[in-house]
Amino acid sequence: MRNQYQERSTVIRIIFLTVGIIFIVRLAFMQVFDSEYRRQADRQALRPITQFPARGLIYDRNGELLVYNEAVYDLMVIPRMTKGLDTNMFCRVMGITRDEFDARMRKACKYSTYSASPFMKQVSKEEYGSWENSLYKFRGFYVQQRTLRVYDKPIAAHVLGYVGEVDQSEIDADKFYKQGDYIGKSGLEKSYEEVLRGIKGKRIMQVDVHNREIGSYMNGAYDTMAVEGGNLYTTLDASLQEYAEGLMANKRGCIVAIEPSTGEVLAMVSAPGYDPNLLVGRVRGENYQMLLQDISRPLLNRALIEHYPPGSIFKVAQAVTALQLGVITPNSGFVCDKSLVGCHNHPSARSVQEAIKMSCNPYFYQVYRRVIQQGKYKSIYKDSPYGLTVWRDYMLRFGFGQKMGIDLPASGITPGFIPDTAFYNKRYGRERWAFSTIYSNSIGQGEVTVVPIQMANLACIVANRGYYITPHLVRYYGPDSVRNEEFYTKHETGINKAYFDIAANGMYDVVHVAGGTARRANIPDIDICGKTGTAQNIGEDHSVFICFAPKEKPKIAVAVYVENARGGGGYWAAPIASLVIEKYIRGEVTRKDVEKMYREAAPCQKLPLTRVAKKKKK
Amino acid sequence: METKIDWVTLLLYAAILVFGWMNIYAACYDEAHTAILDLHTMHGKQLLWIGISVVIALIITHIDPHIFSSMSYLIYLVVIGLLVVVLFVGTVTKGGLSWIDFGSFKFQPSEFAKFATALALGKYMSSLDLDYRQLRTKLIAWGLILLPAGIIILQHDTGSALVFASFLLPLYREGMSPRILIVGLVAVVLFVVTLLLGKYKLILVGVLAAIALLYLFGWLNKRTRKHYIWVTAVFAACTLFIFSVDFAFEKVLQPHQRDRIYVLLGKTDEKTNSTTGYNVYQSKIAIGSGGVFGKGFLKGTITKADFVPEQETDFIFCTVGEEWGFVGSTLLILAYIGLLFRLVTLAERQYSKFSRIYGYSVASILFLHLFINIGMALGLLPVIGIPLPFFSYGGSSLMAFTILLFIFLRQDQERTNPI
Ligand SMILES: [Zn+2]
Repeated sequence: MRNQYQERSTVIRIIFLTVGIIFIVRLAFMQVFDSEYRRQADRQALRPITQFPARGLIYDRNGELLVYNEAVYDLMVIPRMTKGLDTNMFCRVMGITRDEFDARMRKACKYSTYSASPFMKQVSKEEYGSWENSLYKFRGFYVQQRTLRVYDKPIAAHVLGYVGEVDQSEIDADKFYKQGDYIGKSGLEKSYEEVLRGIKGKRIMQVDVHNREIGSYMNGAYDTMAVEGGNLYTTLDASLQEYAEGLMANKRGCIVAIEPSTGEVLAMVSAPGYDPNLLVGRVRGENYQMLLQDISRPLLNRALIEHYPPGSIFKVAQAVTALQLGVITPNSGFVCDKSLVGCHNHPSARSVQEAIKMSCNPYFYQVYRRVIQQGKYKSIYKDSPYGLTVWRDYMLRFGFGQKMGIDLPASGITPGFIPDTAFYNKRYGRERWAFSTIYSNSIGQGEVTVVPIQMANLACIVANRGYYITPHLVRYYGPDSVRNEEFYTKHETGINKAYFDIAANGMYDVVHVAGGTARRANIPDIDICGKTGTAQNIGEDHSVFICFAPKEKPKIAVAVYVENARGGGGYWAAPIASLVIEKYIRGEVTRKDVEKMYREAAPCQKLPLTRVAKKKKK
Repeated sequence: METKIDWVTLLLYAAILVFGWMNIYAACYDEAHTAILDLHTMHGKQLLWIGISVVIALIITHIDPHIFSSMSYLIYLVVIGLLVVVLFVGTVTKGGLSWIDFGSFKFQPSEFAKFATALALGKYMSSLDLDYRQLRTKLIAWGLILLPAGIIILQHDTGSALVFASFLLPLYREGMSPRILIVGLVAVVLFVVTLLLGKYKLILVGVLAAIALLYLFGWLNKRTRKHYIWVTAVFAACTLFIFSVDFAFEKVLQPHQRDRIYVLLGKTDEKTNSTTGYNVYQSKIAIGSGGVFGKGFLKGTITKADFVPEQETDFIFCTVGEEWGFVGSTLLILAYIGLLFRLVTLAERQYSKFSRIYGYSVASILFLHLFINIGMALGLLPVIGIPLPFFSYGGSSLMAFTILLFIFLRQDQERTNPI
């Protein structure tokens, strides 16, 4: 039994041996009898040259070119091939010193002596022209073309982002990148990197003993063409962006303008900003360090990353949520009882609309109490967690408490915070808290924080009377005009449209009726609906205003944050927002005096506003 | 009674390991990084893997060999579990999804599926009162092999899945009909000839029809009815196969797999991705330019200038060919064939059926890797990325091959105590 089929071991040995013999015979033919391979190898002075595709261009919503490319040249070196180099002549031709030469060569050798690495990076077209014809004298050196970004208007730096050299972790993460390649590091350049970068090509050149390229290898049979990167067609309005950036001069804060019906971001300003041309080319590293160390943090996109207690603006969301839950009616009136929570002097509000207009704190204290303690349970310690869960669910539907799904890198977006029962249980203990513990949320001052873009989105929700489309910056991209379907879906709040009409009426009164908190935003002929707020801050509070216009069929929704600005939302943020709206709807601003005043005003005198140092020439 | 470990195998293993490391050192050699134990370099890391493998080998040779037999199914199930896990949490490398990432350490369960399958198959086939002719037996044996292979195909790692075909040899040794081997061979030949003929494939059908007719009405006198039916059926099957080749080629194979086959058949004028052709061409130039005695250690030019891709892993044989020439390459191949022969000898001297089947599995797995890897470097087979055993750069594969081999050597030591 054991030795059954033993003869088959011989068959198996024969199979093994046959394959071995085939291999050895094949090797004999290739290595011993055929000298063609050897000759090929000797002639194999081949140089694979990567063809870098031009990065995709970026346009604004009207077809204006925001970002394009210019050609620069990298002088590459393969150290092993430079034996016998006339170093003195080389230094003279290239215009570098001997020490510089040695340092660069050491660096190249450290990378690899066999593979090419950049010797001189980003040489301009003119400089390249001055030694192009002498290059053949220097064995081991050749030139590789690359492109750099150019910005005609120094605007929208935070949105566009910048491009930089790949670091080791990026090389490890994606085989596409090689040492010295460029990659989008922030903004749209990063989030649309795979669209913008294109596909690299490869040309294999034959090189003679004098290091001259004598043509394509095998007539280019093994070459691949580079494919240009896809263009981005953004939603930005370049002239509005430029105008809004001008309004934020000498200030800190941000402006977000969105077309409510589409979620398209028309302008996104974060101040102080910087000229995007600063982060291009050989001066990039130095300028980047300078911007990084600036205490006013010009590299941050405040519209997405800062989060503040929302202040009075939050009351709009509370009003419609309470109406939807049926815990108040449009005609509910509450006495302005300053013993509950502080307020300014005004007649008591007799309706939701009036309460929004007057921004009455005790009124919303009462509203929030009815939301949190709906009476489902006898014990308020059981009732409050129930109410909070219901309330939180509504707040999330407004886009609060979660990262906005805008098409910018998620690492630069803050979710903000809407507390849940787990949060309060941890802080106070299970069934140890109730409405009276958390009432500050009612006026946007408790644990709640929101991000400026979420505030702009709230204005969109009221403008749309109940839904929003995720704010986004790119309409379509690439040669096939690809659209991101996610940016065409309506996110419904599930709140009755009629309640939003009430909120819109209240916001209309804020700007237009005596006793409203933002009369300064009033422009004849344009129906602006808005809500002021004050974001509490260590130090001077921030002035906040959200609004949309016109009241019917709104074309634009705006959120404005001015940091450390005394006087509340009505004083600083509201007039700035009204200028943005006027500029967008009319095309130009007629109130030149107002424009001039707010352009020049600098609200935060106490903190020195470090101006970005003078732009270094590339 | 315990005997000494088989020193012939051990010596061949060590020789291949050392020669392999030298070639990895040469393949990624750079004058600026010559330190041997630099863990940022491939040869430095490989040295670490070799050290770990030696420790693993030592451990295996000191544990009770019966444990492998008794734990076979458990090991098999664990590895299958890991393979399924990879499907969900794996990292994508080289277009395939087959790694589990533990921080900086990557682990490829498909490498370990080979010895697990060998154990499970050996265990099952060596069960007492097993009737090989029963359909149930065949189905279970095939199931044991095809289950891991199938999951690995789902991970888009066709090369590793192909290795499971090597279990045909131990099955054949245990009495499986050779028919399936012959059918496989005929299928491959027909596939290649059909692709080579392209639109002239009717010629092939004609030739087959002529052979069938000659066979039926020519010199053969055994004209029974059964015989007619058989020959006609075989002819019909072949014809059907020929006409389905195009379909399978276009619909089943991935574009890069089609490219690789076209390149192999010299049909580069077809719509191929020229990169594949370039790689194979460079590989052949590297090997061919080695000549009789090679260019010498660290003196290769083609493999140094980044012309050959994956030169530390799948194309490591290029470095051997270029730097050690015909003599070195032949010696390496002879060392491998010697190892395989020795393993067959060891397998035949086992008292237990489990050990014999396992031994044949080891030899066959090593053989298939050798066959595909060197065949590809020599331009005889399409580009299929699998490592050369004990030789290519890579921790998972080296450790898995070491475990595979030493489990067998451990059983061989105890061969007189049948399990
Ligand atoms: Zn009040």
